[in-house]
Amino acid sequence: MLELQAISFGVDESRGKKEILKNISLTVGENKFVVITGPNGGGKSTLARIIMGIEKPDSGRILFNGEDITEKGITERANAGISFALQQPVRFKGVQVLDLIRLAAKKDLSAADACQYLSEVGLCAKDYINREVNSSLSGGELKRIEIATVLARATKLSVFDEPEAGIDLWSFQNLIQVFEKMRETTNGSIVIISHQERILEIADEIVVISDGSILKHGTRKEILPEILGTASAQVTCQFYRGDRQDG
Amino acid sequence: MDKILQTLLEKVASLHEVPEGAYNIRANGQTESRRVTANIDIETRADGSGIDVHIKPDTKRESVHIPVILSRTGLTETVCNDFFVGDGAEVTIVAGCGIHNSGAGESRHDGLHRFFIGKNAKLKYVEKHYGEGGGSGGRIMNPRTEITIEDGGSMEMETVQIKGIDSTKRETVAHLKAGARLIVQERLMTHESQTAESRFDVFMDGEGASANIISRSVARDRSEQMFFSNLIGNAASAGHTECDAIIMDHAKISSLPEITANHPDAALIHEAAIGKIAGEQIIKLMTLGLSEEEAEAQIVNGFLK
Repeated sequence: MLELQAISFGVDESRGKKEILKNISLTVGENKFVVITGPNGGGKSTLARIIMGIEKPDSGRILFNGEDITEKGITERANAGISFALQQPVRFKGVQVLDLIRLAAKKDLSAADACQYLSEVGLCAKDYINREVNSSLSGGELKRIEIATVLARATKLSVFDEPEAGIDLWSFQNLIQVFEKMRETTNGSIVIISHQERILEIADEIVVISDGSILKHGTRKEILPEILGTASAQVTCQFYRGDRQDG
Repeated sequence: MDKILQTLLEKVASLHEVPEGAYNIRANGQTESRRVTANIDIETRADGSGIDVHIKPDTKRESVHIPVILSRTGLTETVCNDFFVGDGAEVTIVAGCGIHNSGAGESRHDGLHRFFIGKNAKLKYVEKHYGEGGGSGGRIMNPRTEITIEDGGSMEMETVQIKGIDSTKRETVAHLKAGARLIVQERLMTHESQTAESRFDVFMDGEGASANIISRSVARDRSEQMFFSNLIGNAASAGHTECDAIIMDHAKISSLPEITANHPDAALIHEAAIGKIAGEQIIKLMTLGLSEEEAEAQIVNGFLK
C-alpha cells in the first residue's frame, strides 16, 4: 500500500545541514492501523508531511499502491487517495465549515449529509455547519473539523498528525471512539502520529521514531509492553502523558 | 433595452426581469423605466440632476431598485439621488452601476447618494459596481454616500465592486444620532492596473450610537488600493473598523484606520491587516485534491463572499 524506501531529509542551518530523517524505510500494509510515536523533535511530523508531499525528501523513494509518487505534488497524491489531517489546522476567513466538507467530499453534499461527518467527530452539527472556519473557532473545534474533512474524503490512506494536540482530555475520550470506528469500518490504511496510550492500544502496528531513525517497528503486542514497561520508557511515558508541540 | 444593457442589469442588480416593488432604471443617462408604489414615491428633480425617493413612515418589507447602466462609450454623467426613509420604515434599497465600454472614450459615472433615515427606521442598502467591455476607454466610478440616521434608526450597507472598474474613488460620510446604528460591509477586488480608494468618515454624535465598518479587499496584478476610515466618537458610543486585505502579484495596498474620541465614553477599535494568502491555507486545500490555482480561487472567493 505505502512503501517508504530509504527516506532522508534535512534542513539547512547556520551550523550546516541538520538531518531530520535518516534513511527511513517503512511499509504500511493494506487496511493497517499504524501508530507512529516517539520523542518530540524525532522527525515524526516531517515524515507525515513527506508522505503527503508537503515536504520533498532529499533522497529515497515513496511508493503508493506500487506506483512511485516521489516526484508527485500534494494535489496528485490527494487525488491518488492520500488524506492528511494537519497538526495545526488552518483558518480561512469567509470559508464555511460546510464549504470545506463539500470540497473534501468532492461533491455537493446536502447540509444534512455534511452534518453527519461533524457528528462523527463529536460536534453538534447544526451549530457548526454554517460557521466560518475562522478565529471564532477554538483549537479543539478546528481540530475536529480537520478530522471530519479526512473522514469525508474516505481515501485509501489517511494520515493524522497528532490528532490529540490541542484537544482537552475530556474531548479526547470521544475522539478515541472516532478512531476506533474508523479502524472497524474504513476500507483503507490509517497512519496516526500520536503520543496517546489509548491510540497506541488500538494500533495494529507501532513504529517508534527517535532522532530521525526508526527505533522499533512491530505489532502492538511486541512494541507496547516494551515502550511502556522499561526503565528507559519512563522518559517516554512522560511525553505520552504531557502536552506538547511536536517539531 | 438591448442585450448589453440587460447583462449589465443582471450583474449590478441581479435582475432578470422587472423587479418587484418600486424601481427606477436609468440607462445611458436617461430614465428607462420606473414604477412607484402606494408607499414609495420616486420623482425626477426639476433640474434633471437625479431622483428623490420618498418612503412613507412605517412602510414594511418593501424594496426599491435603482440600477444605473451605461453602454455608450464616452458618456460622462453625474447623478445626485436623495432617499428619505420615513420613521419606523423597514425597507431595502438596491442600487448598482454597470458600465460596458467597448470604445476608446472614457465612460464615467459619478454619483452622490444622500440618505435621510428617520427615527427607528431600518434600511438595508446594497450597492454593486461592475464594468466590462474590451475598449481602451476607462471605466470610472466615483460614488459618494452621505448618511444621516435619526434616533434609533439603523442602516446596513453592503457595497461590492469585484470586476472591471478601472478607477474608483468612494467616499462615505455618516452622522449618527442617539442609538443610531451603521454597519458597512465593503467587498473590493482590483485587477491589472486599476486603482481604488475608499474613505469612510463616521461621526457618532448621539449617545448610544454605534458603527461597524468592515472592509475586505483583494488586490491583484499591479492594482493599487487605498483605504481610509475615520470613526469619530462625539458621545458615549461604540465604533469598530476593520480592514482586511489580501495582496497578490505586484499590487499595492495602503490602509489608514483612524479613530477619534471626543467623549470619555466613546469606545473605539480599529483593526487592519494586509497579507498574502497563507501557504498553509493553500496546502490544506491541495490535500483535499484542489490544484494550487483552484485553492487560491477558493480562498479569494470565500474571503470576498
